[in-house]
Parts: sequence; structure tokens; C-alpha cells
Amino acid sequence: MSDTVYDPPLRSKHTPGQSQDDYPTGPSASSTEVVLEAGRHDLHYWFDLWRYRELFKMLAWRDVLVRYKQTVIGTLWALIRPLITMIVFTIIFGRIARLPSNDAPYALMVFAGLLPWSLFSTALTDASNSLVNSANLISKIYFPRIIVPAAAVVVSLVDFLISLVILAVLMVAYRYALSWTIFFLPAFIAMAFFASLGPSLWITALNVKYRDFRYIIPFIVQLGLYASPVGFSSSVVPEQWRTLYSLNPMVGVIDGFRWCILGPGQGLDIISVLIGAAVTTAFVAFGIYYFRRMERSFADLV
Amino acid sequence: MERKTLQESIISVEGLSKRYMLGHVSPQRATATLRDAIQLESSNFARKMRDLVRGRQILQGDQIEEFWALKDVSFEVKRGEVVGIIGRNGAGKSTLLKILSRITEPTKGIVRLRGRIASLLEVGTGFHPELTGRENIFLNGSILGMTQKEIRGKFDEIVAFAEIEKFIDTPVKRYSSGMYVRLAFAVAAHLEPEILVVDEVLAVGDVEFQRRCLGKMGEIAGNGRTVLLVSHNTHAIRALCDSAIAMDKGQLIYSGETDKAIRLYEGSFARNGDASRVMVEDKARSIARDSRIKLRAISFKGSGTAILDEEFRICIEVEVFEPVSSVVFGVGFCAKSGARLLSCDSDYSGRPAYSLAPGLHDIECTFGQLPLAPGEYLLDVGCRSEGLVLYDETKEACVVEVVPPRNASPQLLQKYSTCMFKAIWTGAPHADA
Repeated sequence: MSDTVYDPPLRSKHTPGQSQDDYPTGPSASSTEVVLEAGRHDLHYWFDLWRYRELFKMLAWRDVLVRYKQTVIGTLWALIRPLITMIVFTIIFGRIARLPSNDAPYALMVFAGLLPWSLFSTALTDASNSLVNSANLISKIYFPRIIVPAAAVVVSLVDFLISLVILAVLMVAYRYALSWTIFFLPAFIAMAFFASLGPSLWITALNVKYRDFRYIIPFIVQLGLYASPVGFSSSVVPEQWRTLYSLNPMVGVIDGFRWCILGPGQGLDIISVLIGAAVTTAFVAFGIYYFRRMERSFADLV
Repeated sequence: MERKTLQESIISVEGLSKRYMLGHVSPQRATATLRDAIQLESSNFARKMRDLVRGRQILQGDQIEEFWALKDVSFEVKRGEVVGIIGRNGAGKSTLLKILSRITEPTKGIVRLRGRIASLLEVGTGFHPELTGRENIFLNGSILGMTQKEIRGKFDEIVAFAEIEKFIDTPVKRYSSGMYVRLAFAVAAHLEPEILVVDEVLAVGDVEFQRRCLGKMGEIAGNGRTVLLVSHNTHAIRALCDSAIAMDKGQLIYSGETDKAIRLYEGSFARNGDASRVMVEDKARSIARDSRIKLRAISFKGSGTAILDEEFRICIEVEVFEPVSSVVFGVGFCAKSGARLLSCDSDYSGRPAYSLAPGLHDIECTFGQLPLAPGEYLLDVGCRSEGLVLYDETKEACVVEVVPPRNASPQLLQKYSTCMFKAIWTGAPHADA
């Protein structure tokens, strides 16, 4: 059959053995052996993850760049969405239902709770679709797949940081003074991040195999908004239900955020934070375990 | 010591097999009654729930079939070798590359890789249309496993190779497809792994660019890197590879000399090519067949080989079990890569749809002047309803060899094109002169 007109490239056929001199001897010329086998638990995985850290950075950077391209008001969307939710919640829970806010302005209390909650919900929504959306990548290139949902969770941190700036502006507007508790905020941000990561990994892996989860997630996010103390303070939850209520890791996170931002007057139930931290740790461990177990079949399923 | 490392195998594959589970929609579905449909759906639902509980993959369809894309493949590649992999469509080449590049896991068998591997299974994987050329170079480079430092060092070279200097800060969605492919290949061509795995990526872009790509591939191979190259382009394989692997139906049929592997590959097409009648009744089908009409055999009236520009007749034998009205037949000629070059359907040819009574029928298709250039082609034959519902179809059923007419200049026809056509040519002095 006639292929396109073709001249052989100017190259004398290479014979193994003659090229000792030009063989690359960079750091990549390591002689580590990789063994591929069915059901093998790859010990190189965590090493690979480190090697692919730049890809992680690039994927996160790509998602940030693309996120608001071809929208009219661009990054403003990251400001408008939480502000509108705050106004609605303040009116419904603060004005109409007249729930207590422990001496802080109701709007501030809602916003402080909204911060970690939107981190969680954006992370869960974006991560769960991330693998299915990068189907072409997964079926053509090898890299530790955990990078994709993890990058999605990191990207949701960007919106979170923007919201943090709005909160600062709001606090100035309300002339609300910070107290020493603010120094604990980084710890609770870390907890919010991990509380988002664990379930995200789990659901992402499930979504590749069972696309039903695409429909379940928006539902979880919507229910979770009311099951977590976003629009109201945890103090309205009856004492006898508190322990059960704390099993939702976002309870500890949100209470912690309020305590850090609005000061010790908000009160912080240390037991509920510890329960939240334990549940978060368990979720992260389970998420990673489950993801790793499913990972090998992703390319065949996606 | 150095000598020894060069002789060791960098890739060793032992007993590699890969199974896929396929779901088929049963052919009865179209004609089923409501009761059958409910029964079918509920048994499917029960199966899906069982799979969900056992944590297994969910398959769409009514019948589940195992399919071995690779069966017990073993071979070794020495450090610094350039190995070609050839085989027909569905021979398992891509599956093999996917396992080697760690995208998917083998079902059985073991692979040992003693070096950093990079795979190029598709040009432009991970390109994002909204990002500019510059941003995509960095993104794609890191997806392919380059570090930011490496990419920065080669940035100018990549841009120059792709010839897109002017558009480097334009989003790639505004690129022409040629520019897009050039940029994508340019990034990939500057990878420097120890083992490079390449799948049919040379079949893109214009001829001039393909030539440069092959030159670049030759350069990579000449640098002592190990390369595995899948291609249907036997010229490229011959020019670039030290040795080759021939595959067929998931099995390795030969590993060794390039020329012999290519001969085996080309021979695999001609298996039934000598006979003037080819049975297709029992060949595997990719579609669910209709129970009313079946393609039995293909035969050639006159001779088995066709001559460019001369009459060529194909006879399709069909067996009809129940009367069918409005049947349309079609034949298609494909290149060995599987690309369809020429199609001829009876309805397009102006022939009213056939109404066939039960029994055997001979359907003849006559080309007045076959426009295909000399070479070997694969024949697809099928029949369908006027409403485009396929009844039966057999792909790559047999080989048709086209030879040049007796008085044609061989230089003119050799590797010139895939189609040769006669048109009306005229000439006259310009009216103003």
C-alpha cells in the first residue's frame, strides 16, 4: 500500500554497543527496576508521587488559570457566591428564625462557618468529577492518579483564600476585634483541608466505577449544608445529641473556625473537635487505601 | 563492566496476558415484547446490583463476554535497541504499550523495566484548549514527565521545531489543527527518557512534518535510547528499527529480524488472498447480526487480483432465512492501517434496494474502472436496511491486490497516491493572447 512519500532519515542504523559515549548518564539513568504484575502493591508509589510533584503543581495551576477564563467578571465569582449565601443565611436564621449568635454579628458568624464549608463542598464536587474529566489523560499517560483529585482539592483552597480576604474586609466593616485565638486558625485550616481530602478521594474512586455518585454528590453537599452548623451556631444543638452530631467532621472544623475568628466568646467544645479530628484521620486513611486499591483499574474503567 | 550493562535486557516481558470484560446488547432487543424487555431489564438490574455489592465493574448490555486482548506474550529488549511492533488492528499492540507504560495492569504475567520509561501514545495528551501555546508546553511537558527545568532549557528548541513562534501566546483553541499537532509533537520529541514507547503518532500532520518527525525519531534512537515503536508504516519500521515484533490476535507470532517480521505481518493479510472465494460466515463480527440475513462468502469473478482502471467484479453470497425487503449492500476498501479509502453502497450507486426471498443469493458489485493505486487493500463487506440499520458486516474480510495496467509507467504509479482517477483535461491558448 502506498504510504506517503517518505525518505528514510539520515541515520546509519544504530547497533547496540557503539554508543557507550553518548548514553545519558544523568540522574535519570538510575537502574531501579520496576516490576509490573497483576495485583502488585507498588512500593515505588510514594516515591513516584514525589517525582511527579511538579505535575501536581502544574495541574493545580492549570485549573486555577482555567477556572474563570471566558467569564465576564472573572475572579469576582469567587467573591459573589459566598457573599450572597451569607446574606440569605443571615436573613433566614438570624432575622426570621432569630437563632443565637453568641454576641457576634450574625453575618460574621455565618461567614466564618461558610468558609470551611465551601472549601469542603467545592473540593468534594470538583474532585469527584476530576478523574472522569481527565479520562483522556488517564488512558494515555502513567502518573500516580491520586494527583488529580488532590490537585482539585488544592484548587478549592484558592477560592477559600479569596473568601478569607472578604472575611477580613467584613471584620473591618463591623469593627470586630481579633483575639489571641486567631493563632490557632492555621491548625483548623489544615483540618478543613484533610476533612475535605479524605471523603473526596473515596468518592472520586467510587465515581470512576459507579457513575451514580455523580448524582449523589450534589445531594450530599446540599444536605450537609444543613447538617453542619453553617447557618447557625452549634450551641442550638441539644446537649444529648452533641456527641453524635460531632461525628460529622465539619462540626469540629466549623466550630474551630468560629472560635479562632470571633474569639473565645464563641466557646469551643474540645471533645467535639477531637472526635472530628479522629473521624477526619480515619477518612483520610480509608480514602487513600480505597483509592490505591481502585487505582490500578482506572484506565480500564474510565 | 560497561559492555555488560549494554547487553542486559532493559525490558523483559514474561507470559503477559490481559483480559477485558465486554458487554453486548443482545440482538433480540429490537424486536422484544414489553414483557421480554421488562424481564431483560430486571435481570440486568439484578446483575448490576450483584456487581456493585461485590465491588466489581458494571457492564452495560445483556451478554457478558471475556476478551483476551493479550495472550501469553513474552519477549526481551536490550538496552539501546530500537524495536518495532507491527500487527493488524486488534492484534494487541496498543494494549501491550499501555501495560508497558503502566497505564493499565496486566491480568497475568510479569514485566520488568530497568529504566525510566516515557510513553507517547497520543500526540497532545493533556493539552488544554483555553491555555496558550507557552502554557501548554509547560503543562504537556510535565504530564510527559519532564521537569520544569528541563522544559525551560528546551523551550526555544521546542518552539522552533513546531514553527509557532508568532502564536506562542495565543490560546491553542485558536490554532489550526496542523499547528496544534506540530506543537504537541515538538514537546514530545524533546523527551529524554531511557525507554521511549511510541504508538502510531507519526500518522499526523502533513508529509513534510512527518518526514521531520521520523528524522527526529531517528535522532532519538541514534542517541542510544531504547525505543519501542508501533506503526503501520513498514517503511518507517524498516528505516528505524534494529528488530521487530509481529503480533496477531493478541499473540506474539515473531520476534527478531525486522524484515522477517514485516514479511509475516504483510503475509497475515494474504492468508485467504490466494483463493478466489473467501468464506466469511464464521468470521468474528463486531456487531450483533440480524437473524434474517447472513453474509456467507465473497468471491471475485474473473481473477483474484484487480487491475488499476480496469473492470473489477466482487460477488457477495448471502443466505436469507426469512424474507427481507429493502436491503442495501456495500463494499469498502481499506488501507492496512484500517483507514477506509473507498466506499461503494448499492443505494448510492442508484440501485433500488434488494428484496430477498429465503435461500441463497449472489449479489454482484462491478466497478467499471477501479481507481485504487497499485497495492494491497482490505475489503469490508456489509448489508444494511435503507434506514442504516446494519444487518451483517464483515471487516477486513480479505485482501484485494491491485496491480498496474500492462502499459503503465511503473515509476509514475509507484508509491504515488492511493487513488488514481481519470478526468477530462483540456488546454488552449489564453483568450487575451
